[in-house]
Amino acid sequence: MNDMTVVEKTVETQRTKIAARNVNVYYGDSHAIKDVNVEIEDKTVTAFIGPSGCGKSTFLRCLNRMNDTIGTCRVTGDILLEGEDIYDKRVDPVQLRAQVGMVFQKPNPFPKSIYDNVAYGPRIHGLAKNKAELDEIVEKSLRRGAIWNEVKDRLHSPGTGLSGGQQQRLCIARAVATEPEVLLMDEPCSALDPIATAQVEELIDELRENYSVVIVTHSMQQAARVSQKTAFFHLGNLVEFGPTGQIFTNPEDPRTESYITGRIG
Amino acid sequence: MPTPWLVLVLIALAVAGFFLGRNRALVSANGNTKDLHSLPSYYGHNVALTALVPALGLLAIWLLVQPLIIESRVSGMIPPDAISEGSTVGLVMSDVRRVAEGLDLAVEKGALTGEQARNLRSEFSDVRGRLGEVGVALGADVRPEVLRAAQAYRTMSGTGHTVMTVLVGLVALFGFGWSYGRTHKDFRARNVVEQGIMAMLILAASLAILTTIGIVLSMLFETRNFFGLHSWTDFFFGSTWAPNFRGDSELSILPLLWGTLYISLIALLVAVPIGLFAAIYLSEYANKATRAFAKPLLEILAGIPTIVYGLFALLTVGPGLVRLFGQGQGGILGLEWMSGATSVLTAGLVMGIMLIPFVSSLSDDIINAVPQAMRDGSLGLGATKSETVRQVVMPAALPGIVGAILLAASRAIGETMIVVMGAGAIAKFSLNPLESMTTITTRIVSQLTGDTDFASPETLVAFALGLTLFVLTLGLNVLALYIVRKYREQYE
Ligand SMILES: Nc1ncnc2c1ncn2[C@@H]1O[C@H](COP(=O)(O)OP(=O)(O)OP(=O)(O)O)[C@@H](O)[C@H]1O
Ligand SMILES: [Mg+2]
Repeated sequence: MNDMTVVEKTVETQRTKIAARNVNVYYGDSHAIKDVNVEIEDKTVTAFIGPSGCGKSTFLRCLNRMNDTIGTCRVTGDILLEGEDIYDKRVDPVQLRAQVGMVFQKPNPFPKSIYDNVAYGPRIHGLAKNKAELDEIVEKSLRRGAIWNEVKDRLHSPGTGLSGGQQQRLCIARAVATEPEVLLMDEPCSALDPIATAQVEELIDELRENYSVVIVTHSMQQAARVSQKTAFFHLGNLVEFGPTGQIFTNPEDPRTESYITGRIG
Repeated sequence: MPTPWLVLVLIALAVAGFFLGRNRALVSANGNTKDLHSLPSYYGHNVALTALVPALGLLAIWLLVQPLIIESRVSGMIPPDAISEGSTVGLVMSDVRRVAEGLDLAVEKGALTGEQARNLRSEFSDVRGRLGEVGVALGADVRPEVLRAAQAYRTMSGTGHTVMTVLVGLVALFGFGWSYGRTHKDFRARNVVEQGIMAMLILAASLAILTTIGIVLSMLFETRNFFGLHSWTDFFFGSTWAPNFRGDSELSILPLLWGTLYISLIALLVAVPIGLFAAIYLSEYANKATRAFAKPLLEILAGIPTIVYGLFALLTVGPGLVRLFGQGQGGILGLEWMSGATSVLTAGLVMGIMLIPFVSSLSDDIINAVPQAMRDGSLGLGATKSETVRQVVMPAALPGIVGAILLAASRAIGETMIVVMGAGAIAKFSLNPLESMTTITTRIVSQLTGDTDFASPETLVAFALGLTLFVLTLGLNVLALYIVRKYREQYE
């Protein structure tokens, strides 16, 4: 516990970006998320922590309606992005996902070149007026994904040919390239070495200046290092949500404390 | 002993061996199963298999080889001058076999004694009449050489059969005794049975391969005969297909190949887009209920026998096309483009319909093999479903789909019934899809049906055509499998 020093941060309250009210998620008959209320702030990094299988990924996927692709999945309650219900009939999930980007738990580069992987989003959304602009976006995104130096000489070789950690950083670069307002990251560093992890954490910190970032992580140290707010999930319930410093030094719920000190796994 | 009885005796021996072997193992361990190396039934199986399998193997080989040996020895007995003009050794030999069978039957029915049958002389008695009495009708009087050959045939078969029965019996008994003797509580019966089972599986696999090789060899052999009678330059590079049973036929494969490829092309033009779009709809868009209902329905199409498709071509599609493109002022469009129901378009359309489920179910499997994570990645970047399909799923599945199309092409090229009924019989080079043309497969059928003479190039050409077709489809299949396998590796 000694290495888990929480850097004293100025916790200034930002305006709410995403608000979840009484969200329940069911996979068929199994109840995966139970009555979750949470407010995710703009220009803030929010960490979701909790034991495996507690519903972190499920809840994260609700925030950009990725659960729509799972036939058995049903979501109730309200999730408001900038005050608008994203599950409203008039909302186009495709548009929503361009605003709320996602990096998945497992790296999933497309079977295309590294360049085309990153250029995929900008091309679809028409973010670049010409080739030069697109080149610029690709380079900038790869740099932010902390992978530019490794791939700059092989931009046109397949993205699937990279190592697992490189693939994950490519996926981060790909997500950043579409300039989402909110970035959801599901264990983005689970396949990365400490150096790449540090670079990704740097990126997250940088993104915070303009966007809101939600990160799922199993590393307490990481949550403590990068986030300003932390949410602890347990068995589908949101047990505790608050400023990171408070959750790690002075948790209110005994379950949070046992998890942080390593007693619930 | 007749062969079926012999087999029954062998099986009885094996069953007895099972119980005896199991028992002996138990006794050697004083009834204590834990002391045995293997479960008791393994000892039983070991004895049963050792008694049965080698004996049955010998029996099978003997039954295959004996007729060949006897045939070659007996045909050596027939003097060359006994083969009349226009006949062959093969024809004389079939007479010999018939007479031999007749004699067997006569002995069985009591019309002749064994002694008489052996010593019958056609010079002194009316063999044809006597065999006729027992129900064996012969076309002509039996010539002395044929009768003598038939008698030798009978004797050799009889002796061969007796020797076989004795040998097979000995092998079975030896196997029984040997394995029974080895049965002891420390004997590793389980391992031996395991090896025996593996050997049997290998045998089954190699039989399948050997038959394939046999088919290819027999085609090669006949093809060589064909090229002995007809020039290969005409076959491969000529321009006319005009078989003529009086001789000097022109037998070129090119017009047939043209018809085959043209019809296959039309079939693929129908089947690939429809099949592929159906597969995309089923795997990417349809909900579970639709899928559960539509997929089997589509696959029923694949179960329809091709002759039914042929009827459909002949009775529905062909006349329909004629009504559309033909019949002058009586037709729908008032055109005179099509005179008969058989045409490249008729056969191509129907074959295309036949191939739809083939293409769609193969592509469906391949599209489903693209990991969901790939789609999630694209959707998560704000792509629509069709963008995801076009830009991520399709490129990822493309090699597999190309493989599926090649497999469909090879089926189209080898398809017979639909083209026999829908394509027509005229071999020509033409670009007009409303004319009737013919294909390699239909010509094979027509060259081999009816009165055929297996010494004329007009008949033997069927084998050369068949072999070419085989090489063509084999090439396509190998290419397709190579591509599909390559694609599989991508995600493993
Ligand atoms: N597609 C699905 N169908 C059915 N049940 C699912 C599905 N995905 C997840 N679940 C169930 O929902 C619960 C929450 O899963 P989720 O993936 O959200 O956990 P998690 O907190 O992300 O775990 P981890 O830390 O291991 O990634 C689990 O009990 C899981 O079995
Ligand atoms: Mg997860």
